[in-house]
Amino acid sequence: MTQPGLYHLLFISAALFFIGVYGFLTRRNLITMLMSVELILNSVNLNFIAFNKYLWPHRLDGVFFTVFVIAIAAAEAAVAIAIIINLYRSHQSIDVENAEELKY
Amino acid sequence: MNLLLLIGLPLLTAVGVLLSRNTQQVRSIAFAGSALQLVLAIALIYLFQKERAAGVAAQMLFEQNYALFPSLNINFHIGVDGISVAMILLTALVVVAGVLVSWRVEKMTKEFYFLLILLAMGAYGFFISLDLFVLFFFLEIAVIPKYLLIGTWGSGKKEYSANKLALMLMAGSSLVIVGILGMYFGNGEHKSFDIIQLAQAGISPAVQKLFFPFLFVGFGIFTALFPFHTWVPDGHSSAPTAGSMFLAGISMKLGGYGCLRVATYLMPQGAQEYSSWIIVLSSIAILYGAFATMMQRDLKYMNAYSSISHCGFVLLGIGMLTKTAITGAVMQMVSHGLMTALFFAVIGIIYERTHTRQINEMGGLLKVMPFTMTVLFIAGLCSLGLPGFSGFVAEMTVFMGSWQNADAFHRIATVIACMSIVVTAVYILRAIGQVAMGPIKETYTRLSDASWNEKLAAAILIIGIVAIGVAPFWLNDLIKPGAEIIMNKISGK
Amino acid sequence: MPNAINIALIPLLPLAGFLLLGLFGKKVFKNSAGIIGTLILLISAGLAIYTAYGYFFDYGKVNDVYQKLIPLKYTWLEFSKDVSIDMGIILDPISAMMIVVVTFVSLMVHVYSLGYMKDEERYSTYYAYLSLFTFSMLGLVLSSNIFQIYIFWELVGVSSFLLIGFYYDRPSAVAASKKAFIVTRFADLGFLIGILVLSFYSGTLDFNTLIQKLTSPESSELKTAVASSFLGVSALTWGLALVFIGGAGKSAMFPLHIWLPDAMEGPTPVSALIHAATMVVAGVYLVARLFPVFALSAPDALSIVANVGAISALFAAIIACTQTDIKRVLAYSTMSQIGYMMFALGVSKYGGEDGLGYTASMFHLFTHAMFKALLFLGAGAVIHYVHSNDMKDMGGLRKHLPITHITFLLACLSIAGFPLLAGFFSKEEILLAAYQHNAIIYWIALITSGLTAFYMFRLYFSIFWNSPSPRGESRGEVHGEHHGEGGAAMMLPLLLLAVGAVFAGYIPFGHFVSSDGKALESEFHLSFSIAPVALGLIGILTAMWLYKNENEKPAKLAASLSGLYKSAYHKFYIDELYLFITKKVLFNLVARPAAWFDKTVVDGLVNFTGNTTQDISERIKSVQSGKVQQYAIYFLVSAVALALLFIYVWK
Repeated sequence: MTQPGLYHLLFISAALFFIGVYGFLTRRNLITMLMSVELILNSVNLNFIAFNKYLWPHRLDGVFFTVFVIAIAAAEAAVAIAIIINLYRSHQSIDVENAEELKY
Repeated sequence: MNLLLLIGLPLLTAVGVLLSRNTQQVRSIAFAGSALQLVLAIALIYLFQKERAAGVAAQMLFEQNYALFPSLNINFHIGVDGISVAMILLTALVVVAGVLVSWRVEKMTKEFYFLLILLAMGAYGFFISLDLFVLFFFLEIAVIPKYLLIGTWGSGKKEYSANKLALMLMAGSSLVIVGILGMYFGNGEHKSFDIIQLAQAGISPAVQKLFFPFLFVGFGIFTALFPFHTWVPDGHSSAPTAGSMFLAGISMKLGGYGCLRVATYLMPQGAQEYSSWIIVLSSIAILYGAFATMMQRDLKYMNAYSSISHCGFVLLGIGMLTKTAITGAVMQMVSHGLMTALFFAVIGIIYERTHTRQINEMGGLLKVMPFTMTVLFIAGLCSLGLPGFSGFVAEMTVFMGSWQNADAFHRIATVIACMSIVVTAVYILRAIGQVAMGPIKETYTRLSDASWNEKLAAAILIIGIVAIGVAPFWLNDLIKPGAEIIMNKISGK
Repeated sequence: MPNAINIALIPLLPLAGFLLLGLFGKKVFKNSAGIIGTLILLISAGLAIYTAYGYFFDYGKVNDVYQKLIPLKYTWLEFSKDVSIDMGIILDPISAMMIVVVTFVSLMVHVYSLGYMKDEERYSTYYAYLSLFTFSMLGLVLSSNIFQIYIFWELVGVSSFLLIGFYYDRPSAVAASKKAFIVTRFADLGFLIGILVLSFYSGTLDFNTLIQKLTSPESSELKTAVASSFLGVSALTWGLALVFIGGAGKSAMFPLHIWLPDAMEGPTPVSALIHAATMVVAGVYLVARLFPVFALSAPDALSIVANVGAISALFAAIIACTQTDIKRVLAYSTMSQIGYMMFALGVSKYGGEDGLGYTASMFHLFTHAMFKALLFLGAGAVIHYVHSNDMKDMGGLRKHLPITHITFLLACLSIAGFPLLAGFFSKEEILLAAYQHNAIIYWIALITSGLTAFYMFRLYFSIFWNSPSPRGESRGEVHGEHHGEGGAAMMLPLLLLAVGAVFAGYIPFGHFVSSDGKALESEFHLSFSIAPVALGLIGILTAMWLYKNENEKPAKLAASLSGLYKSAYHKFYIDELYLFITKKVLFNLVARPAAWFDKTVVDGLVNFTGNTTQDISERIKSVQSGKVQQYAIYFLVSAVALALLFIYVWK
């Protein structure tokens, strides 16, 4: 059994990214969209880890960045959910189609 | 005299107006402030002439210079010469009169007066600043209140007019700032906004040629340069009475002053390069404006169109590039400011009583409103250039100055400008004949004449007009040295 | 030496009167305005006569030549070192003569108006305007600077406007006042440009310097002014011709005369003062003032003056024969007589015997002021009595108005050139001057003098003889008992002016007024007078035959001359022509398109800019949908596009 190479990881990360993008663009439910965003972020994390491991194994920059991204993603999720809850309160729905006030 | 007083007093007045509790207080504070300002303006003339008589030959008097942004070389530099002093006097007279005729404004009185005084402050600041950046700052202060004044207290299609006016003036301002920045960066190593420094250093001809049109057209829009004049009729006719007075009496003069002090003075070669364009456009404005006036049915539209024609004389005088013509242009600014303010004041008085501005609907008002109609006569006669009033002096000075250019092009332009005096007589007499004379309409037999505040406002403006018309030498002596400096710059001395 | 303050007071006193009555008249001097105005003018007239006496008999003459004195000069508006508008006083024979004429006629009119206008509501305003006019007219004649004369020129124009429009609630008066102002304004445009031309070439605005620079043959200014030409005519001729346009407008010369007949809408005393005796001769005065330049340097311009004057004289006389409004007849007669003065100047030369025309013109101006003012005031008395302007409403009034009748007759005889009356002498001189220099003009003048006698006596017989009109009679019955001839205030000026109209001709005018200041002996040729006197008598007798008694002859005559009569009755359709030019051409072809152009094209462009901006933003508005996911797509696509751009284009 061979070790997984850089390209394998990048392939998975790219797949994750596009799944995330697809989900973000097509889902109407805000929670699902939030999850898609998480997928995108995780694909980025995977990239960082992969490049760190295969290109500069003696340095830790990629790992640090990943930790930062996870931390910020957590904060972002908190804010996003807060917004979603507020949206639900005012609109009785968390469907993005119903929240068009941005255009005004 | 400390020139900061000229900006400080209106600022104080404006704050006082905001803090006052009732309408009565608002009025008294605004009136007291503007009256004090008039006293200041007259004192300024006196002190200025005293300094000059004492032999102080500096170009600008009462200068002050504070650094605002040393790294960008922006300074709060102020000072006055004869031309600015004349304009300050004009502003002070119009402001007092404007405050007086607005006595009956009941809607949001406090805000109304606040904006009026703010506008006045912008104008004072504009006329005394010697730093282009500061000058531009005050120019903008003088524009914005107009939008609110027309939009809130106006009549007719006020939103349209307010938008049009603000947008066109803003377009003018943007051209001006481009021109100013062009000079700032075009001055080589030594970047400066200072008018005096820029004039001494001299701007390279290539820069002048490129940026003169920006500045001249930019300021020209303010003073109804053909074909950018269409904000004038709509803006004036929708504005409240005092708004129209300020607009025509002060704002349009900001443009003329800018054309002279900034565009022509700092870029003399540019002015020479483009002078034939200026002359063509301004002679068109003069005659065409006068003919367009003949067809107007609304008193305010009539006066607004006639302002286009009269402001053409200002630009014509500047474009002719002779000392006498430039002196005449400044005189015309002062004269037209007073005269048109008076005209708008009278129209306001009439409108308040008849509730119409249509010339055809009036008639024989001389019988019931003798004072108001006499004022209308005076404003009209001043407008058509009758000797004894300021319009004559200014127009004749422009003509005399223009005629000094001996070639056929300038001659024809002058003759065209002269022809407007006949057309002016036609529309003025037509309006006066219809409004004041003729049999009186049944509905108007019970109208009352002007009230004390309106009478006082008219009297102040008339005194100004007559003082120039009967004894023009004081104004001439005031303006001429300033015009001479500009002229020396143009002729390269 | 002249006392500058005394002379300055002559115009300034009426100005003070104007300010006093204008500002406080309505409240304080409601009833005393007339007395105050008259008293002020009395002082002014006294000073004027004192000044003229002093000038002519005391200090005016140096070495037998009358000097042009400048007792007062004050810089009013300085353009450059040499060119400035000065407020000054010039004292020379014509100005000294004019101040006397103006103050005297004005005083007569003031006195007359005490009676004529006493029931007017705007009594004090009337006197204020009269004072304003007197001030302006005196300022005009005393002007030492060509721009100063223009200033007062405009001021007399506006006082005339105010007085014609005095009955402001009559639409016809309003229209007439506007017409008068605008027509003269149009002429003033020429005057103004003329001033600009003259001042440019002479480098001065001062009359004395200007005349000196433009007449002395060695001056460089004259050479350039003659050398530079425009359309083949020298600049100097242009300048003077343009100045003359101004004079022609004010003096109602053909074709700028149309305002004068309409100006009769004003109160009759005003017509006497402004539109007969003083203001309308301002044009003559202006030409006389610049006469040396006209005569010595620009004879072409002077011949224009002569021709315009001659045409006007004949033209107006023909029209006067057909008009029925008595004031209009007098107005056309005024125009005709001013035509006389103009062509007398036009045929004259400068200096010596050849300058006879100049003297004659001024002489006629002087005598004309007397008899024409008298005619107007007499007509005023008639109108006052009959309450109508129309000849048809009059007739047989000689019994009701005896004093008016006698004075009117004297004035008519005077203007007709009846021997030994004032008009006879001045007219003889004019005819003599014309005879010596220009045969065609002489014949025109001769015919005109016959016509003058005819229409004046047509007027006289229609008013005072003929059979009384029923309308006039009944009006006379109603009002006659109350005021009769209008009292002493109205009769005194008539009598005084009648004295002038009879005896003014005996003044040896040539001794005082001549083109070069030297005394001019005017000779009297008995044989020369035969033709004009005979023609005059024929005119009078024809008028008597036609109009003394009511008969069919005038109607028959009119019918036999129908074409000429009709066009003369309609004033040769000049008014219609002007109306066509102004209403149809200027209004519809210039002003209306200008206003239309402004509204649609210029304003349209501004609105178009605004609307286009709005349109574009309307179209791209849908981009801003508010849908988060759409934004995300934009974001993504643009990010990819930018990435591609950076990778492949800007490497």
